[in-house]
Amino acid sequence: MNQRTFWAFVGPSLFMMVLFIAGPLVGVLVQSFQQQRADFETVERESCTPFGCTTETTAVPVTDDDGRIVTRTVWVGWDNYAALLDPDAVRAALNAPGDALRQLAQIRFWDALRFTVTFALVTLPLVLVLGLLLALAVNTLTDALKGPTIFVTLLPFIITPVIGALAVRWLFIGDGILTAGLERLLEREVAMFAQGWTIELMMLGYRVWHVVPFAFVIFYAGLQTVAAERLEAAGIDGATRWQKLRHVIVPHLMPLIVFVSLIHLMDSYRVFDEIVGFSASGYRTSLQYLTYEFLVPDESGNRSIGRASASAVLTMIGVVILLVPLLRNTWKEQRRA
Amino acid sequence: MKARSTLHRLPAVWRTSSSLLVAFWIVVALFPIAWLVVMSVKLPIDAFAPNVLDVLRGPDTRARVGGPSGYDLLLAGASLGLAVTVHRLRRTLFAPFADTVGELNVGGTILSYLTTALTLGVTTLVLTPWLGSALEAATPDGPLAHPLLGATLQHFRAVWIDNAFHVHLRNSLYVTGGVVTISLTIGALAGYGLARKGSRIAFWILIAALVFRALPHSTLVTGYLPPFIEFGLYGRQIAVIIVLVAINQPFTIWMLRSFFANVPATLDEAAMVDGATRLQAFWHVVMPVMWPGVITTGLFSFMLAYNDYLVAALLLDGRDQTMVPAIMQYFNRETTLGDQLEAIAAAVSITGPLFLIVLVFQRQIVSGLTQGAVKG
Repeated sequence: MNQRTFWAFVGPSLFMMVLFIAGPLVGVLVQSFQQQRADFETVERESCTPFGCTTETTAVPVTDDDGRIVTRTVWVGWDNYAALLDPDAVRAALNAPGDALRQLAQIRFWDALRFTVTFALVTLPLVLVLGLLLALAVNTLTDALKGPTIFVTLLPFIITPVIGALAVRWLFIGDGILTAGLERLLEREVAMFAQGWTIELMMLGYRVWHVVPFAFVIFYAGLQTVAAERLEAAGIDGATRWQKLRHVIVPHLMPLIVFVSLIHLMDSYRVFDEIVGFSASGYRTSLQYLTYEFLVPDESGNRSIGRASASAVLTMIGVVILLVPLLRNTWKEQRRA
Repeated sequence: MKARSTLHRLPAVWRTSSSLLVAFWIVVALFPIAWLVVMSVKLPIDAFAPNVLDVLRGPDTRARVGGPSGYDLLLAGASLGLAVTVHRLRRTLFAPFADTVGELNVGGTILSYLTTALTLGVTTLVLTPWLGSALEAATPDGPLAHPLLGATLQHFRAVWIDNAFHVHLRNSLYVTGGVVTISLTIGALAGYGLARKGSRIAFWILIAALVFRALPHSTLVTGYLPPFIEFGLYGRQIAVIIVLVAINQPFTIWMLRSFFANVPATLDEAAMVDGATRLQAFWHVVMPVMWPGVITTGLFSFMLAYNDYLVAALLLDGRDQTMVPAIMQYFNRETTLGDQLEAIAAAVSITGPLFLIVLVFQRQIVSGLTQGAVKG
């Protein structure tokens, strides 16, 4: 395929990605140094009472002909970032020995970062191990059982994430069926939505439930390509079942394990739907939810675009740090191919 | 084949424990979804009862509204069996649409699914209630003539008729339809170009797409909001379509590229030797064998658009909203248990189409998931 035909085919998609992905990214970077401020004008108002008159000056926002508040964009430097990162509070927290973590968790951004990173790193091993175990287990079933099992397994993966989170929430909320069961088991009152850590546990559990099918399908497909000769050879050499798994099957699946990890880290770093579904924002927020919160209009209809942009830029930096090792791996592989 | 036979020679203890693991997982995977469906047809007292059996049987619902009688349940079971049988026999029933191996072509497949759906619909929605009430009238004292379980469709009626949820369904269909069509059109062209050109620039485009795939969606929406408000796109569904197509594009070109790479390049080269242009070769020679790949990619695009909460919640409001964000309106006000049950009914309604998609397209979804991973 010559160069011109190539560009003709790739052109529309590339145009779309440059205009609607790269473009907004530059926009976000610029906006993160700006703020929308209302124009104020001072008005002198004379108010008279029977005992004399007083003049007071008040600042009122300028409105245009339609009565909307006129805003202008001002360059604010690092203000948006400072407001998010709150360096003074961080310094104060670090100077409070023993209490540093609790104080840091008071700052919304650091709390969101803590939750997001924990969320990604705790769910990753669970998803990998459970997905692999399930793939190994389903592989031992008879063919007639495999089809229906895969069908049921796909359901948690296919369900709308917000709806899936809501489904788990209804099992636990108030005297939901599982909370009632827990109460009977522990013989004490349980309120799953009254403190942060139980909500966090439910969110972690929900995400593992949602993603295990994906890991399962990939690993299951990979298991079909394990060479029987190698397993047999290992058996003849006296390898135990565990050693076969450890030294033959897992190395064979390694590229797939890297692939699942890459996709899962990308997706779980973006954790958002769980916070909505569990209405968790009072206790736990994620980086993406933080950006979202700034974008939702407040009572007077204003959006904090500047703050949202700064939060978005910081989130992106996090993505890059998280993915660099894995991306370098993919990059090398593609190069070789 | 051989690998499987080796794995089959497992000691009984391993076989039992892995069967137990699968059984446990099936319960865990199904329970939250199945429970949602059970709750959606009960009155509040039953739906939120602390006892599992009370929720399943729904005594309060049965006393106040009633439910299916033994006849109804038997007839519904028979209907399901009939539909499954019709589906099993599809290769015989639609033999004129089958190829030499007995596989149905696209038209035959669609026809067979329509027949199954029609059979199921007519038997459960028309024949079952009619025959059921006739039998109940004939044997009013029989053990099967009374409601066995409490069940009601009133929450679904409230959602779809009183709260006009169909408006949101229409919005969702419009958004998903737009996203799938545009994504696949430009994605297929790019996927084909990238698959047929192994140059350095193609490689960099793919790497950039991979990085773009990792971006949080809220980041992109932050970039869009000011210009969208400026140009009057805010609050219009076309805005959501644009954002979702952009978010979806990196994934689409990766997946379609790997499907195109499976089609041998000699096929289009042969067509071009015979005088076809590149575009003609693409459209008349490569695309006809690419439909499975396009359908699979289309399914994933559909799910991205259908499941989206964030983008629609930020760019649309009120009656223009799609279904998933619209469901959250039940949580913004003070909610009674009745409201919660309406939300549950809405949630079940949203999940229904996804359930059908897995039922019909299970093989395509699995192939789509493994495509990127196994073939690279």
